[in-house]
Amino acid sequence: MFIISYKHIFFSLSALFVIVAIGSIAYVGLRTGIDFAGGSVTEVQYTDTRPETSVLVASLETAGFTGAVVRDIGNNAVSVRTTHVTDEDEHGKLGEALSLNGTVPYEETNFSFVGPVVGQELRQKAWIAITAVIVAIIFFIAFAFRQVSKPVSSWVYGGVAIVALIHDVIVPTGAFAVMGAFFPGYELDVLFVTALLSILGFSIHDTIVIFDRVRENLKKDNREHTGKSFAETVAMSLKETMTRSINTSITVLIVIAALYFFGGTATKPFAFTLFVGIIAGTYSSVFLAAPLLVTINDMREKKMTTKNDKR
Amino acid sequence: MWKIRIAALFILLAGSALGYFVYWSETAQESAFPFRYGLDLSGGTHLTYTADVSAVTPGEETVAMDSLRDVIERRVNLFGVSEPIVQTERGSMLAGTADDYRLVVELPGITDVDAAVDMIGQTPFLDFRLEQANTEAIINAKIAAQQILQEGGDITSVDPLAFEDPYADTGLTGRYVERAQLEFDPTTGEPVVSLKFNAEGSALFAMITREHTGKALAIYLDGSPISTPVIREEITGGSAQISGSMNPEEAKLLVGRLNSGALPVPITLASTQSVGPSLGMEARDAGVFAGIIGLLTVIVFMILWYRLPGFVAAIALVLYTVVMLAVFKFVPVTLTAAGIAGFILSVGMAVDANILIFERMKEELRRSHAFNDGRGEDVMLDAAVKEGFARAWTSIRDGNISSMITAVILFWFGTSMVQGFALTFGLGVLFSMISAISVSRTLLVSIAPRLHKGAARFLFNSGLSLR
Repeated sequence: MFIISYKHIFFSLSALFVIVAIGSIAYVGLRTGIDFAGGSVTEVQYTDTRPETSVLVASLETAGFTGAVVRDIGNNAVSVRTTHVTDEDEHGKLGEALSLNGTVPYEETNFSFVGPVVGQELRQKAWIAITAVIVAIIFFIAFAFRQVSKPVSSWVYGGVAIVALIHDVIVPTGAFAVMGAFFPGYELDVLFVTALLSILGFSIHDTIVIFDRVRENLKKDNREHTGKSFAETVAMSLKETMTRSINTSITVLIVIAALYFFGGTATKPFAFTLFVGIIAGTYSSVFLAAPLLVTINDMREKKMTTKNDKR
Repeated sequence: MWKIRIAALFILLAGSALGYFVYWSETAQESAFPFRYGLDLSGGTHLTYTADVSAVTPGEETVAMDSLRDVIERRVNLFGVSEPIVQTERGSMLAGTADDYRLVVELPGITDVDAAVDMIGQTPFLDFRLEQANTEAIINAKIAAQQILQEGGDITSVDPLAFEDPYADTGLTGRYVERAQLEFDPTTGEPVVSLKFNAEGSALFAMITREHTGKALAIYLDGSPISTPVIREEITGGSAQISGSMNPEEAKLLVGRLNSGALPVPITLASTQSVGPSLGMEARDAGVFAGIIGLLTVIVFMILWYRLPGFVAAIALVLYTVVMLAVFKFVPVTLTAAGIAGFILSVGMAVDANILIFERMKEELRRSHAFNDGRGEDVMLDAAVKEGFARAWTSIRDGNISSMITAVILFWFGTSMVQGFALTFGLGVLFSMISAISVSRTLLVSIAPRLHKGAARFLFNSGLSLR
């Protein structure tokens, strides 16, 4: 199986993706949405002509909203984000400023405001949720594969799955950062975290299907005394599950593509994150997780032989 | 064999009936089971308040929050919003905000945030007014005036007395009521409402009752009388009872109203979100359209690639969709943009179980062919189908358990938006698993020919193979 034979090439590719992703996160940066940062976002659609962005910014500044970000979202509409918290009185002032003191009529289509306390709590919860998913999964895999302790312990399966998961989280986050440089709406928010968690769920599902096959083939090898090496067994399992991995990813990618192209604007960044994440997840299950099992086993065997040599 | 064919037929019929129900309940005028849409899809306002419970006796925060919810609920109901949601929430232990008490208000259809905030913040005005010498005359004049106006009479012909206030202010208002409670008179069994004034209110109340025994003391809410009990004697303890011809319902309502004279705990606005109705509609249509396109494309892919089993998977997928939609109606699940996305994602994952099974089936067939072809024996197809299902089970089970773990954690993580996603996604994973191992299996076993050769071989092959 070429995947096992050339595993180092695929590892390097994974490493490259991760490095590029981290690089773009560091270089381009991620915008934090108001879910986590606090602040307000108002979307208004102008009935007649839309005032120039610079005019709006100036008007907002006069009203006391310094540092407000005004973004064109097409269709004669703008999205205004303010950093400091807006209560009901300030919401009124904001409306005044946006209508240039009542001279330009508009319709408010969307308004949200998150206080700093709520923002901080959501941020904390997001981290806890991601950690909780990863920990729960490592335990679940160690449990599900508890009968498979030879040649590698069931905890190795869990650990390898987590390495794949970390890969699957970093890659789409990097892609998200790049998209954020060009399009509005690509901000770290609750929906983004939801997308990441779904990717975790999908990717682990993919990895488990392959591991499950390894588990089954190992049992068979034992029973039938085939004398196959661990690498051969993993290669065989990969080959047997390949069509399934590809086809499942295709069907999931089909629905996500539909969501991206035809779904609402609110779920577009969400669909994009999922799309990249599913590809990364499938790649990591096939080209990273399974070959890693072999690498770890090789290292283990090497250590054992050197130990024996010393004796 | 006939048993399983009857079962298959039954599944198809039940599925069609459920599909018809979903269709009917959406198009019928007065449906008891409409889809419930979240504010992001229907338009409306979502408000979160933090409640300051520092002044509440420790241990009684929940009680205070419940009465806060009742007060706000009443105010919201007065506004005439359809299906408002008012609920209390507690901060999370893990995020270190366990002492935070919050109030969440969802107002479908209300897009004016300021009006909504005003309505919730407004304190209804409760006050006590005293009967005057000419109270009865004024009331009679009012009734007479109403009659004149109803009969089309001129306003100038109305007795000027009708424009006067029948009761006089006493200065005693809801500000002084500490608590109201519903009780029942032990002798007559009539419902009575007992009031407890605070110290200041008690003094005022004692003075009023001492000086005006025998007169009516009207209780006004927002400027209109809700009850006019008669003072029987001087009351010094600061507690009063309102009795009279009330039924328990009315009495309960009055208690609620008296208690909602003021908010039990002060609240501040923590976050708001409002979505215009047109934007919500757009998002909803887009989500539904994306779902239909996604479903159809997956069906086409499955039939082209897996042929007859693919067709069975397509039927199972449609049945799965129908079941999910019915579940959304019965539970009911509030559908949000994220929720619809979760459902669409689950459609993609629902197919996975079928793909796993079909691939296993093909492996069985391949192995049997390798063994049997040389000996000139036919390959049993029906056995391979059953074997495929049996062998795929462990992967389906373990894979789906991990997805459900994710869904549960997401649900817990949830703000309402994420919870919508987690719920549809989790339910989707669960039902897709059930559908794959029961519906797909029954349908496929019921139509699978016994032998894998000729047309059957082509129909059960996959991909680009022409055999």
